[in-house]
Order: sequence, then structure tokens, then C-alpha cells
Amino acid sequence: MSEREVLELLRENARYSTADIARMTDLDESEVATAIDDLEAAGVVQGYQAVVDWDELEEERVRAEVELNVRLDRETGYDDIAERLARFPEVTALRLVSGDYDFDMEVEGDSIREVSQFISEKVAPVPEITQTVTHYVMTSYKENGIEFGDGEEDDRLSFSP
Amino acid sequence: MPLDLSDRVQTVPPSGIRRFFEIAEERDDVISLGVGEPDFATPWAARDAAIASLEVGKTSYTANRGKRELRERIADYVADGFDLEYDPADEIIVTAGASEAVDLAFRALVDPGDTVAIAQPSYISYEPGVIFAGGEVCSVPTSKADEFTLTVEALESAGADEADLLVLCYPNNPTGAVMSEAELEPIAEFAREHDLTVLSDEIYAELTYNGSHTSIATLEGMRERTIVFNGFSKAHAMTGLRLGYALGPPKAINAMNKIHQYTMLSAPTTAQHAAIEALDSCDEEVREMVAQYDRRRQFVLSRFREIGLDVFEAKGAFYCFPEVPDGWTAEEFAEGVLREEGVAVVPGDVFGAGGEGHLRVSYATGLNDLREALDRIETFVEEHV
Ligand SMILES: Cc1ncc(COP(=O)(O)O)c(C=O)c1O
Repeated sequence: MSEREVLELLRENARYSTADIARMTDLDESEVATAIDDLEAAGVVQGYQAVVDWDELEEERVRAEVELNVRLDRETGYDDIAERLARFPEVTALRLVSGDYDFDMEVEGDSIREVSQFISEKVAPVPEITQTVTHYVMTSYKENGIEFGDGEEDDRLSFSP
Repeated sequence: MPLDLSDRVQTVPPSGIRRFFEIAEERDDVISLGVGEPDFATPWAARDAAIASLEVGKTSYTANRGKRELRERIADYVADGFDLEYDPADEIIVTAGASEAVDLAFRALVDPGDTVAIAQPSYISYEPGVIFAGGEVCSVPTSKADEFTLTVEALESAGADEADLLVLCYPNNPTGAVMSEAELEPIAEFAREHDLTVLSDEIYAELTYNGSHTSIATLEGMRERTIVFNGFSKAHAMTGLRLGYALGPPKAINAMNKIHQYTMLSAPTTAQHAAIEALDSCDEEVREMVAQYDRRRQFVLSRFREIGLDVFEAKGAFYCFPEVPDGWTAEEFAEGVLREEGVAVVPGDVFGAGGEGHLRVSYATGLNDLREALDRIETFVEEHV
């Protein structure tokens, strides 16, 4: 249960110090550290990354959501295809999904050209892939549970009863 | 002379917070821990219900006591949550905030010269409310030694046995204190013995951490002499919608309704639609907000201990109540951290007897801001204490 609490706090902000997390839970610092170590060792926590609003940055960063349809044969399963695709550094997320298409793939690059080229030259030729539909991300409003925007002003009175 | 103000109005001093306001206005980097309202927005479903009600033009007055449907929901809510059984027909009145309900109760129950005992420190509107109603205030201080709970000794030494009414507020604004059933029992006995009517402001009932809330009205022989206040401002994050309610015996609620129907007619209609939805479908959001407050509470309490300010273990509402260091008044300290560090907190004496030497620190603010504010307070303490 306490591991779960620690996990929730890390998901809220992975940079909370062990001291901060200890302050917010009934645990002491060493218990928090142990819980985090255990979560990492068990592979529950796979890594820590910054949540970035690319729109706030000068340089261009192009992202696309790609729908992939595949045809399986006797030798090739979803996992085999996934393994192959996940190796590309351009692919930042890959999920098998239910519904109209099979894989939901997120791709990042420095330009539209780069992303298009990657999809047409590296992804589309994979023999099992029968169709790709690429959606370029135009604006991101929320990532990893964090809402973007210019941070709504707290216009509450500074003192109230 | 034109505009000859009433003595009652002139008796009430201006709010003690006013001056701090002006200092806060001078800086643009103030982090405020001085607020008495949630930093969350009203749960979306409730906002949606308000919007939907406007779209179909539900903008007329409602029944004076509030929409029947809402009173029924309130009856279910207080029964399930707090064992309070009230008849929606004549034992519940919906008001423009708990504030209005408190005011109605004073005006319905207080005659000129009547005495109202107020357990303090507590919410700042009770005292003016009593004075506007023509009554007199008997302050009953609580202290850190008793964990800011009210005791019979405190009532006796303040002379509250002579009073006509007793005002309680647990979970408490500003201390965060709660009172358990065992602690309320002797207070109830005192009220019965001295024939006091009890006004119990339970607007923070839902914000009770690691424990459940007991209403004094549920104790033996108390229902008939208690009026309970609650509302949607705190747990449902609806301060601006202005919606509260009172529960009590028909005699009291009818009397309050008499005043309400002439002064307010009915509580805001749009807000009533939001409130029905809030009770119907927003439990999950309320639980999540309460969980967030609890985390912040633990964070803030533990930071104050690290900083070296003595702090009482607040168990309810969203305030904590640290002591200022020796040699400081609360006002000096609060003004110091505001001027030098841009952190707004409220000196405890604003909340009446028993509040001296303390600060009300609200944690109805995001964790990042809380973290920064407490670091700044730490800097102030290191430099000056
Ligand atoms: C103890 C207490 N009662 C009542 C109120 C007022 O609530 P409402 O917004 O319902 O008028 C407050 C607001 O701060 C409060 O702290």
C-alpha cells in the first residue's frame, strides 16, 4: 500500500526528494528510498523523464501518431513486429490497441520531412505492415497527466476568511 | 446628519486582515497561504449541471427553502455520511453559503442582550454576526494544551453557563482541530445542563483526516437544541457558487426561513443545480481532493517541525496552526514573512481568543508553491530567530 502511495507521488513529480515524499506519507526517508529501489528493481518504475511542452521551445520538434495495420502469418506474431519497430530510436511509444487498427505508434523527429521519411522508408516496408496512417501532432494540451498552457493565474484573494 | 450609521455596524471593527492585504498588493511574487478556500475548481460534472440548467433557462427563484430535490439529496448525504437524520420537508434550509445560514440562525435565535458563547479561535464571522443580531459575545478560548478542543473547564471559566447559545466549529478554521465523540460528550452535557442552544458549523466535516466526523447533534438529547451548518464551499470546491445549508428542528428552520424569504427569497438557482449533481456524482473527486489535502497537511506539518516552529497536529479542514517563535507577536511575524519573503499567512489573533502567538497557514495551495513558501519561511526564521 505504501509502495503504491510512493508510486503515485513519483508519477505526480519524479523529482520529489525522498525527504519530500517522506513528509507527505507516514513513511520515513529510508523506507521511501527502499520502496523506490524495490519499484525500480521490480521493473515497475522503468525510468524517469521530463514532461516537455515542445511548443514552448524555439527549435522545431515534430511528433506524429501513427496507426499501423498488420497482417500476421504463422511465423510472425504481434510481439515480433513490435520488437522490430520498438528498436527504432524515432519511435517513442508503441502500443498494441483494440479497434480499427493494430498498433498505435508515436514518432519524433526534427522535421516533418524526417518523420515522413522514417515512416515511408523504415516502417512501411516492414513486410507485415499493410497500412500506415500518420497524424502529425499540431498542439499538445496535456502530456503524462500534466496540462499545458500558460499556467492559469491563481486569482483568489491573497487573504480570505 | 445624513448617513448616520447604526451603532451595531460601528461597533464591529474592520477586518484584521485588511492591512496585510495592502502589503500583499505591493509585491507580485506573493505565495499566499492566507486563503480560506480550495485551490481546486468545482468538479466538472457539477459545473456542467450548472451550465445545462442555464441553457434550458432554469433561472427563476426556487422554493424558499431550496429545491425539494436538493433538500432530499442533502438529507441522504448527511444521513449516510454523518448519521444526521433530517426531514427535507421542514428540517433543512438551503442558503446562500453557510455564511447566510449562520447569520439567519443568529437573527432567528438571538434577542438583544442575549449572550452567545463562541469557542475560539474560530471563523471570523460569528462575532460580527452576533453583534449585528444585537447579542453579546462571550469568548471561550481554547488552547494548544487541549489540542484546541473545547473543554467544560474552558466553558466554565469563561462564564458560558450563563450564555444562551454556544457556537462550535469542528473541524476548526483556523486551527484544524477536530473533536471526537468522547470530547463532545461533556460539551453536550454542559449544553443540556445549562439549556444552551448549539450552533455547530460543520462545513469542514468531509475534510477530516484519519478519522470520521462526529456531529454534536447526534449525541443524546442534542438534536432538539442544535442547528448544524454545512455547505458546498469546501469539500465540493464551490465557494463562488454560494451554497450552504442548515439542519435543525422545524421550529428553528421555519424561523430562519421566515428571515430568508424576506431577505434572500431563495439561494442561487444555478448553484442548486450544481449542488444536486455534486452530491449525485462527484464523490470520487471529493475523495481525490481530500487525499491531496491530506498529503499537503503532512508535508506542511513536517516542514514546520523541521523549521523549528512548534505546530499542533491539525486533523481537519485545510489549515495548520504553528506557533511563532518566542519574542514575536503573530502580527509581527506574519508581517515580516510577507514583507521580506512574500509569503502571506494570517496572524492567529484575528480569529479571537486563544489564537494569539499562532499563524493560520492554509494548505489549499499546490505542493510546489507550498514547498517554496515553506523554504522562504525557513529562510526568514534562520535570518531573524
Ligand atoms: C468555518 C467556516 N464556516 C463558514 C464559512 C463560509 O462558507 P460559505 O462559503 O458556505 O459561506 C467558512 C469559510 O471560510 C468557514 O471557514
